[in-house]
Amino acid sequence: MTTLPTTRATRPPLVRPPLSPPSLVRAASTIVWRNLLHIRRMPEMLLDVTVQSVMFVLLFAYVFGGAIAVAGSDYREFLLPGIMVQTMVFSSAVVATGLTNDLQKGIVDRFRSLPIPRSSVLVGRSISSLIHSSIGVAVMGLTGLLIGWRIRNGVVDGVLAFLLLLLFGFAVIWLGIWVGSIMRTVEAVQGFMFTVMFPLTFVANTFAPTETMPAWLRFVAEWNPISAVTQACRELWGNGLPAPADAAWPLQHAVPVSVAWSLLLTAVFAPLAVSAFRRRSRD
Amino acid sequence: MGGTAAVEAVDLVKHFGTNRAVDGVSFVVPEGTVLGLLGPNGAGKTTLVRMLTTLSVPTSGTGRVAGFDVVTQPNEVRRSMGLTGQAATVDEILTGAENLRLVGALYGLPRAYVRDATERLLDRFDLTDAADRMAKTYSGGMRRRLDLAVSLLAAPPILFLDEPTTGLDPKSRSGLWAVLRELVDEGTTLLLTTQYLEEADQLADEIVVVDKGKVIAAGTPTQLKDEAGRASVVVTLTHARDLEAAADLVRAHSPEVHVDRTSRRVTARAGGLGDMTRIAAAFEASSIELDDLGLARPSLDDVFLHLTGHRAEDADSTEDAGPITEGAAP
Repeated sequence: MTTLPTTRATRPPLVRPPLSPPSLVRAASTIVWRNLLHIRRMPEMLLDVTVQSVMFVLLFAYVFGGAIAVAGSDYREFLLPGIMVQTMVFSSAVVATGLTNDLQKGIVDRFRSLPIPRSSVLVGRSISSLIHSSIGVAVMGLTGLLIGWRIRNGVVDGVLAFLLLLLFGFAVIWLGIWVGSIMRTVEAVQGFMFTVMFPLTFVANTFAPTETMPAWLRFVAEWNPISAVTQACRELWGNGLPAPADAAWPLQHAVPVSVAWSLLLTAVFAPLAVSAFRRRSRD
Repeated sequence: MGGTAAVEAVDLVKHFGTNRAVDGVSFVVPEGTVLGLLGPNGAGKTTLVRMLTTLSVPTSGTGRVAGFDVVTQPNEVRRSMGLTGQAATVDEILTGAENLRLVGALYGLPRAYVRDATERLLDRFDLTDAADRMAKTYSGGMRRRLDLAVSLLAAPPILFLDEPTTGLDPKSRSGLWAVLRELVDEGTTLLLTTQYLEEADQLADEIVVVDKGKVIAAGTPTQLKDEAGRASVVVTLTHARDLEAAADLVRAHSPEVHVDRTSRRVTARAGGLGDMTRIAAAFEASSIELDDLGLARPSLDDVFLHLTGHRAEDADSTEDAGPITEGAAP
């Protein structure tokens, strides 16, 4: 290091070129590029949505599958929509840990010291998390196809269900951004998200029918937004029967209710998330 | 120099709850100069830099960078400056070259420029060989250099450096100083924070000393040293037996004389070079043999002690207290 100034001093200094600060789309896609590079460098980051996805599908299908009776359908048909919704919900944990990590390491400060639109960091993070979770959903779908799951109601409804998954994923990502902005360490975020997400995704119709649950638990499960999305996917993909007649109201109107839940969650958590992120990154 | 202000802080205040991290700080950094913000840990230096670089919103007061207000014109400010934070904020998973490319894209710099600048900056900071290695494999010094390279990518006219050499070994530190001097020669305005008195002394045209969120002194390094106490003439004798005679001789020119037998030194309070010349002439005329005669100024460390009543934490610079020898033995 001591030798460098004398040997390099002859170079003419850098001349500042005209700056054209990027649009939100460009800045956010640059940040997505950076996040995807991370995944390429550390493929183990994808373990949760690849190996684990396959593992969970197979574990549930073969370990619990025989023991859980599902009216009008095979358990594997019943399982796939549920486990895919769970994967989308976990993208909130992915976004939260990624964000906390960047905040902790000062990367967010680095980005904020650059002339980019303020929201690019969050938008970039959200899109990368959705890509991350979508890989999980795709891997699960392929695994499902191998063990007998099918999309039975045609392309339009099939695609609609995937869009619904993305929309719901987008909604829960705000929850992740909120938690990621409030908590100080990656470990705390992981601990919190998993403690909350596991009961949230299990007290639902994701892995077992709600009919056999105690009345109060059934009520909670059927009003859980996750159940509505799961039921909507089942209906759109033609996996099993419609919700039983005595199921709670949201399950009787699963598709519109899922859209409504997604919008409601976004409306509640997006402002909380944005203000927590601003507060965190302002001081 | 310049005349126009590159950076301006007017009564900046930042409170965190009841903690007054920055409590009414004002200063001006003229274009093309180096301002050193000197202070111990927790003095409010980082908070000041964060406010001036738009990362933190002031509780009150005004900050201007390149004439733009840090609160109302943050994007113009961000376009005008580069920031090297206290922790090297490089992306560890990306390679050195990718870190530069990432920031280049976020600045919206032309690709060809980014390619050329990346190559030159990696070369300048001795990182060419490590360009395609992930930054997590870098040493602390390499990360700092990469961080600085990233800050310089868009050739900003104003550069903020928050404790740029904290934690670096002396060799890397002097290397970084040399690079910073080059930048100043090229016309860059620097605002750097440091806990190292020596660093401020070496690099800064103007020093602002902060403690507990307030400015407690400001001036050139020389002015600050003068403030802390006047210079003294230090005479080192060849033979200890001459000590009494030498002390008498010096006493004729200075009211305050101190004799140190073990180091064979006579120290006298002096007004400046004039006193030293007279004392030197007196010895010239005598038969006393001298090893050394010089003018000693207080170090910035002394200045800090004088101003705050406590030593700067981590101050590792005690060596610059040595006499500024303006004439060896006559």
